[in-house]
Amino acid sequence: MNIIVCLKQVPDTEAPIRIRPDGSGIEGTGLNLVMNYYDEHATEAALQLRERFSGTVTAVSAGPERAREALRQALAMGADEAVLIQDSALDGADHLQIARVLAAFIRPRRPDVVVCGKLSTDDNAAIVGPALAELLDLPQATAIAKLEVADDGTRAVVHRELEGALEVLEVPLPALLTVERSLNEPRYPSLPGIMKAKRKEIAVVDLTGLGLSAAEVGSPAAVLERLEPPPARSPGVQVNGADPDAAVGAIIAFLSERAKVL
Amino acid sequence: MEFELTEEHRLIQATVREFAAKEILPASADLDHHPRYPEEIIAKAAALGLMGLIVPEAYGGAGMDGLANAIAQEELARASAGVQVIISVNNSLVCDPILRFGTEEQKRRYLPRLARGEWLGCYCLTEPAAGSDAMSLATRAEWRNGEWILNGRKIFVTNGAEADLCIVYARSEATSGARGLSAFIVEKTFPGIQVGKVEKKLGIKCSSTVEILLDDCRVPASNLLGQRGEGGVIALATLDGGRIGIAAQAVGIARACLEECTAYATQRQQFGRPIRTFQATQWALADMATRIEASRLLMYRAAWLRDRGERCTAEAAVAKLIASETAMWAAHRAVQVFGGYGYIQDYPLERYFRDAKITEIYEGTSEILRLVIARGVLGSKGT
Repeated sequence: MNIIVCLKQVPDTEAPIRIRPDGSGIEGTGLNLVMNYYDEHATEAALQLRERFSGTVTAVSAGPERAREALRQALAMGADEAVLIQDSALDGADHLQIARVLAAFIRPRRPDVVVCGKLSTDDNAAIVGPALAELLDLPQATAIAKLEVADDGTRAVVHRELEGALEVLEVPLPALLTVERSLNEPRYPSLPGIMKAKRKEIAVVDLTGLGLSAAEVGSPAAVLERLEPPPARSPGVQVNGADPDAAVGAIIAFLSERAKVL
Repeated sequence: MEFELTEEHRLIQATVREFAAKEILPASADLDHHPRYPEEIIAKAAALGLMGLIVPEAYGGAGMDGLANAIAQEELARASAGVQVIISVNNSLVCDPILRFGTEEQKRRYLPRLARGEWLGCYCLTEPAAGSDAMSLATRAEWRNGEWILNGRKIFVTNGAEADLCIVYARSEATSGARGLSAFIVEKTFPGIQVGKVEKKLGIKCSSTVEILLDDCRVPASNLLGQRGEGGVIALATLDGGRIGIAAQAVGIARACLEECTAYATQRQQFGRPIRTFQATQWALADMATRIEASRLLMYRAAWLRDRGERCTAEAAVAKLIASETAMWAAHRAVQVFGGYGYIQDYPLERYFRDAKITEIYEGTSEILRLVIARGVLGSKGT
């Protein structure tokens, strides 16, 4: 089975985010970067498929030099090959442009499965996966929480967790899947795995290498104008006092008079 | 000069940090309150490759350098100093000397088992009358009918209760002092070796500390480690690495103190504001951060020197001295930042306080380390 997993390197969600004084983006210095958590689950899903059906797992990322670390982690977890798509034309690229670039890389490889995270935790767009499926003309199932591939590898049954319901879909393969974090528990890169990954080369290709012109990649549909911190929230109302009846009365009064929800 | 960790070192750090947070930290308080050998955690650590971090891949290990080991040990100790010392001893005091001084046959027989976690190792140097003055040890090794016969009593042996393999130092030659010593690889199933008293300790409670008794213990000729009379050299070379491991343990404990205090100072309100807004608290945190940073860099330097094959006895002593005194000092300050909550068992501070103390004692007391450092400063004649 030929499996491709798409990765992104993002700021650690636990890291404090500081906006650059000019609002042009977030402060990069001292920022801890990690593989997008959803992509760790995507990598795990890819590795499990390979363990069952054999074949290869190729990890790919379109991004700056630092994305190499996410690829290295995928190799350490057990991916066979890693490719970094790096081109100065991609600085400030939007999701659709990234999807076009990934599609150009993936199309000639004719994968059986393409796996992506449901979204990346930096900008929460959830666009690249679905856009990539469209560009590759592959059926897609997004935000899957369960994956059962038939023994012959020609189709899969997936579960999608919806608000108050579970959607069960059958998807023919090849397909593109984006994964939810509840799908699996990503393995740690083992320490011998890290050392083996160190010896594997991460191939770097640019747009020319993919046979893409800048015009084909297009320009960003939306351009970031300015980042601003969210407005400070006004402090909440505290109900003090030991008398529960009085406290309940105060909360009801708040909900009906000030919040106007009752 | 390059102060940045490599990509691999950062990946190791992130991996072990996550492993420690998920697999060790949730159990660390219970392992202290109800001391027991953390078998399941050690099994998971072995699966990750932690038991044979520094063992080359050819012998079934992760094939990492000493700097990677130090980085990993700090992360483990951040979660539990007790769990960490079990792993550190297996790497630094058992795998390391076999790797450096063992025959090809010994490496093939022992390293894969130790690296896979099938066997656990321990290091038997200290005796009741030979602590800081280790080279005066009295355990005897006699060559009789083509095998070695060991007699003596070893104490304070970390991992001794569970260990399958012991590196035992004994006097094989008529010479007194370091030149009369040899090192032996003694399997626990060899006749004549047994576990004696199991110690109860102030801290690092989930790692066993025991007496090992050697009563006409029969050791095959092929289990001499290194040459006859080379035991003193092996013991001291091994301790250089061991001390870097303890420095890493101390940095991990000190970091735990700082991280707990930072979180607490934000959440704890007194006089109508979080205590982090008081300068007294800020200075405590700043001093902790400063000393931790210094300790870690000195630990990295000692590890880096050793990885280059250079002598690092003084540097390892410096790293362990400052790191262990930082851990004890930081724990002392951290308990104070927590006030009454620092003194009770519902919070981890009193555990850090107890765990920190051992780092000033084992693998060279602060006094012995100062002696080693002074020799470096004054030259051997000066002392």
